[in-house]
Amino acid sequence: MPVLARWIEAAGIPTVVVTMMPAVAEERRAPRIVGVEFPFGHAFGMPHDRAMQRRTLELALRVLAGAETFRTRIDLDVEWRVPVREAYRAWQPKVPSPIVRKLLETRSRGST
Amino acid sequence: MLVDSYKFLPRSFRPLYEGRGAFPGEEAPVWTPFAKRLSESRLALLSSAGIYVKASQPTFDLDREQEHPEWGDPTWRSIPATARPEDIAVAHLHINDEDLLADPEIALPMRALDELAREGVVGGAVANHVAVMGYQDRRLEDWHGTTAGEIVAHLRNEDADGVILAPA
Repeated sequence: MPVLARWIEAAGIPTVVVTMMPAVAEERRAPRIVGVEFPFGHAFGMPHDRAMQRRTLELALRVLAGAETFRTRIDLDVEWRVPVREAYRAWQPKVPSPIVRKLLETRSRGST
Repeated sequence: MLVDSYKFLPRSFRPLYEGRGAFPGEEAPVWTPFAKRLSESRLALLSSAGIYVKASQPTFDLDREQEHPEWGDPTWRSIPATARPEDIAVAHLHINDEDLLADPEIALPMRALDELAREGVVGGAVANHVAVMGYQDRRLEDWHGTTAGEIVAHLRNEDADGVILAPA
């Protein structure tokens, strides 16, 4: 996603990336970054929490329009209200993705 | 507060992301100044949550990904800003889609953006936002060769003054 942002930016349209992995977006050299400490799949916050979603969107707009320099990063100071262990389990798919399944199979074959 | 970028990532995935540096060939700064006032700007949203319109669009190709786990569908969907939450479907094998289906605003806040437009904070929203499925082959060849160009053409056609991208 940071790379896609770069290609859009290079084509003349300003971008901001709202991401749960802002350190990676920095490494990937996204032009403007908003970091959120939210589980994957929830870039703008919790379902049905309009205030949280709006706060995230407003920060994204502020960084999009107000950042002066390449690779500006501002993190959203909002904590996820669900305990980490629970949230960690909740965002993951019920069935492992094909690539994860493949890696697990390779690993278990290697250990036998 | 500084966000912990790996808080919700399985520990074994961390080396796949951390310390890898720039994407090959994408080291140089890119920058387009945001020229207008927000209140006079038209904004677009772009989500990588694998969102599509159930009644009128094909799903992202998950069958092929099942057969070729390193591959991810590189196509994109144009999501009408008028789409209702119940019109939205999700095709993404790497996240639990329950919350997304319950409230697509968590990935594509079209209603929140419309609200800000009604209040005059932003000038408006594009008529059609953008959705992709974020799991892609490592080299991003199809995104680079085809999809990115098509999305840029779409955004120009929609007169977008800026884009808010949100990975799933």
